[in-house]
Order: sequence, then structure tokens, then C-alpha cells
Amino acid sequence: MTADQHRDPVISLRSVTAELGSRPVLRGIDLTVRRGEVVALLGANGSGKSTAVRTVIGQVPVTGGEVELFGTPRRRFRDWARVGYVPQRTTAAGGVPATVTEVVSSGRLSRARFGVLRRADREAVRHALELVGLADRAKDSVDALSGGQHQRVLIARALASAPELLIMDEPMAGVDLASQEVLAATLREQVAAGTSVLLVLHELGPLEPLIDRAVVLRDGCVLHDGPPPRAVGQHALPGHDHVHPHAAHDAEPIRTGLLS
Amino acid sequence: MNLDILDYAFMQRALLAAVLVGITAPAVGIYLVQRRQALLGDGIGHVAMTGVGLGFLLSWSPVWMATAVSVLGAVLMELIRWYGRTRGDLALAMLFYGGMAGGVMFINLAPGGSNANLTSYLFGSLSTVSEEDVTAICLLAAFVVLVTVGLRRQLFAVSQDEEFARVTGLPVRVLNLLTAVTAAVTVTVAMRVVGLLLVSALMVVPVAAAQQLSRSFAATFAISVAIGVSVAVGGTVTSYYQDVPPGATIVLLTIGAFVLLTVAAAPLARRRTRAASRAAAQEAADPAECVIPDGRPPAGKAGV
Repeated sequence: MTADQHRDPVISLRSVTAELGSRPVLRGIDLTVRRGEVVALLGANGSGKSTAVRTVIGQVPVTGGEVELFGTPRRRFRDWARVGYVPQRTTAAGGVPATVTEVVSSGRLSRARFGVLRRADREAVRHALELVGLADRAKDSVDALSGGQHQRVLIARALASAPELLIMDEPMAGVDLASQEVLAATLREQVAAGTSVLLVLHELGPLEPLIDRAVVLRDGCVLHDGPPPRAVGQHALPGHDHVHPHAAHDAEPIRTGLLS
Repeated sequence: MNLDILDYAFMQRALLAAVLVGITAPAVGIYLVQRRQALLGDGIGHVAMTGVGLGFLLSWSPVWMATAVSVLGAVLMELIRWYGRTRGDLALAMLFYGGMAGGVMFINLAPGGSNANLTSYLFGSLSTVSEEDVTAICLLAAFVVLVTVGLRRQLFAVSQDEEFARVTGLPVRVLNLLTAVTAAVTVTVAMRVVGLLLVSALMVVPVAAAQQLSRSFAATFAISVAIGVSVAVGGTVTSYYQDVPPGATIVLLTIGAFVLLTVAAAPLARRRTRAASRAAAQEAADPAECVIPDGRPPAGKAGV
């Protein structure tokens, strides 16, 4: 992967720390996603992977370190149309009925001036729905969809602004096998077109062939950063120290430093 | 129909106020329901009581004073939601009951004031809607309509999924504050007609009723405003002819509309469920998917 080293980073986290309540969740993590790269962020529940992603989008404030998007400090970053985000949710529905098109149109707001959607915007929304294979459900209420279709709606919403960077938090959670295949195919097309991707995953699953690099978190520290850990099965990753015998060196000093 | 109801100036004012309340309350309420804060309006109503009390105490217009105080309360609630994440519900409870207690206290401190003055604000009263109340209500309603219709896409996005809205570059905090302030303004618009204790019903129940029929947000918005105007005008007219309190009449009519639409929509929902499971069965390619819908048809009964 030496060719990757000199490509511009689209996401860059340097010694980022963050707290939820007063509990430290990130204890100084480094994470870089370069242009065109597909990076999986792995780890057990509570390891801080979702929090790490939320510091990137600004939903969780950082208490230390730097977060940059496309080379701009996140606080000054305004070009949100370049970022597509799929939050960790099991449903696309809110408290009021909404059609698939209405939900996906929200994703176009970053390109629409004053929230006015023009013909090109409607076209983009329709195209995003085609990408996830839901064009025929455009006028249906999201309440009428299956779990996997909800996830596809959320991904179409992220794709509506034609982003250069996709950030997805557990896009495969609660998704049936058929939808998983559709999602993997959609993602493959995006990656082939040059989109960079940061994925939070619980297990690699059908996305495994797409992934260039895996970053494994444990207790808010980076445990492994390199090729996806192929040896492990679906009971994957963290906790299984024997897979990454070298990692303890990296992790220990950071943790003891903060706890003492 | 006998239109002598329009001969009285106070009834003209009351009907105008009713129409504006019927439009604004569901227009804001739909966003509160969408963000699952259906009872926010109720809380603001409690806080507004302090404003009414202060208005009496200082001999200022209770409507404007209630607007100021409830906007302040709404902003405070939003701030509590940001910073006091841990026990936000307790802080809100204190705000609500503090607001109510403040209202009772101030009005009793006011010269010649008693809880009786408060009653018309708590439960609504048509005959006391004054000329200047109507001016205030018109201005405030114009603001509410401007925000809820003009910013509908932004408010929809933020209310649907706040985390995602942040990544579209929307000013999420400003929009949250704006929603809270607009809800506060709506409470004071509706205060004279429906009353502070019942105002939340007119924000939430028409939306709940409209949901029985609609599949889209736009349709829910339109239907709930139509229901809101119908029940507000209907309740006002009924209270004129039958001499019953307008607020209670309007709320009961709204709940009646909800029940009616729920019953009427049951066959519709059943048909949709069947169509949806048919579509799902067609779409699913692998057998694992096909088997499940086949086992389901009895679920047609679970319409609502």
C-alpha cells in the first residue's frame, strides 16, 4: 500500500480524545482515510468506534487532538456536500409518516440553496434511489419497508449529494441477506467510481473484499491498523489478542499514561 | 345557515383567532411529533403561565408577556437538552412546575388579581379576546407560518434525523432553537382560544389523526392543518350557540376526529399491508425471504 501513502487524506484524526458524560471513550486515537481508500473501523461494543465517527461529523465534541476533513480542520469545514453519512439506525422513519423520496431528499439539502430543490436535485434523488434499487418504492411510506430496505433508504439519502466520502456507521446491522448483497454491490460501484469510505463494522461480512485497511479499536485505543484481519471468523476481532500479538505494545503505554 | 354569529365584533375576533390557531398549532406540532417531543407544547404552556402572571402584575399585555416568557422557557429547555443530558427530564419538570407556580404567585401578587383572572388563560375564552390580542395573534401567527412552511425542508431534515442533518451542513442548533421558539409562540397564539392547559392537544392530536390517512409528510401536514382549522372553527361556533367552553369543545372535537379517522382508515391500512406484503414477496429473490411473507397473511387483521 505504499502508493496510498502520498495520496491526500480525506479524514485525519490525530491523538483524538473524547468523553461521554465524564467517561473517557476515546483515549487518543489516530485514524487516516486517504482518497479512494476503504477503511473499516472494527471493535467490540463500547470500544469507541461509533464515537470516533461522531467526532468526525461533529456530533460528539473532542476534548483533545485534531480532526480534519479534506485537509480542513472540522470546525472550519463547510463543504458538507462532499460527505455522505449513514448514521447507526435501524429505521429511516420518524414520528410522522414520510415517503421514501421525502427522506432521501433531505440528503440533497447540502447542495440545495435555501432548501429549494430544483429539477437537477430531484433527478439526483431519483438516481440515488436507483443505486440502491428502490426507485419503484419512491412514493411509498418508509413505514411500509423492511429493515434492509430502511438501511437502503438511509444509504440513498447519503448518496443523494453525490459525495466523495462516505461515512457509514454499521450499515449492515439488522439487514437481511438479500439487502446485504444490494448494499455491497452499491458500495462496490461507489468505490469503483473513486469514493473514499469509512465504515464502522461489527464484522466484515460481505463487504470484506472491498476493504483496503482495517482499524481495530479497543477501550478507546487503536489496537491494529493495517490489512483486514482475515484469519478471524464472524466472532471477530477485539478481545482476541492472539490475532494481534504486536498490538499490546501500541496500546499499553497510551492507556497507562492516561489512567495513572 | 343563520350567520348572526358574525354580527358580533367579539365573535369575528374569536373566529379569526380560531382560524389562525387551527393553522399554526398543527403546523408546529407536526415537527414536535416527528422529533418525538409531542409534550413539549404542554411544558411551554406551563411556563407561559408565569408570563401571564407577570403581565397582570406589571400591567403589561399578558399575551406579549407570555410570549416573551415562553420563548425564554423554550430556549432554556433546548439548552438543557444540549448540556444537561443526564437528568434532563428532572430539569424540565422543575421548569414546568416552576412556571406554573410562578404564574399563580404573580397573579395573586397583582393588585386585585386572583386565580379567577388566570382561568380564561388556562381554558380559553372567546368573549375576552380583545382587539389588541387579535393584532398580537395575527403577527405571531404570521411568524409561525413563515417558519413552518418556509423552512419545511430544513425542519423536516432536523426533526427526522438530527445527526444526519448535521452532516448536510444545516445549522442544527439554530433550527432546534427556532423550532422551540416557534412552538412557544404558537402556545401564546392559541392561549386565548384553547387555553394553556389544552393547547398541546391542538398541536398533537390533529397530526395523530392525519397520520391515519397519509403516507407522506406533505399530506400529513396539509390534512392536519385542515383538521386543525375545522375543529377550531367548529368548536368556536359550537361554544357560541351551546354556551360551552371553547377550549374543551375544540379538544374534544379533535379527539373525535382522531377516532373517526382511525375507524375509517382501518380498511385502507389493511389494503396497504396486503399490497406491501405482495410487493415484498415479488421482490424477494431467495427462498428464505419468500417463506416469511407466505406465513404472514393472517397479519392482515393487525391493521392499525
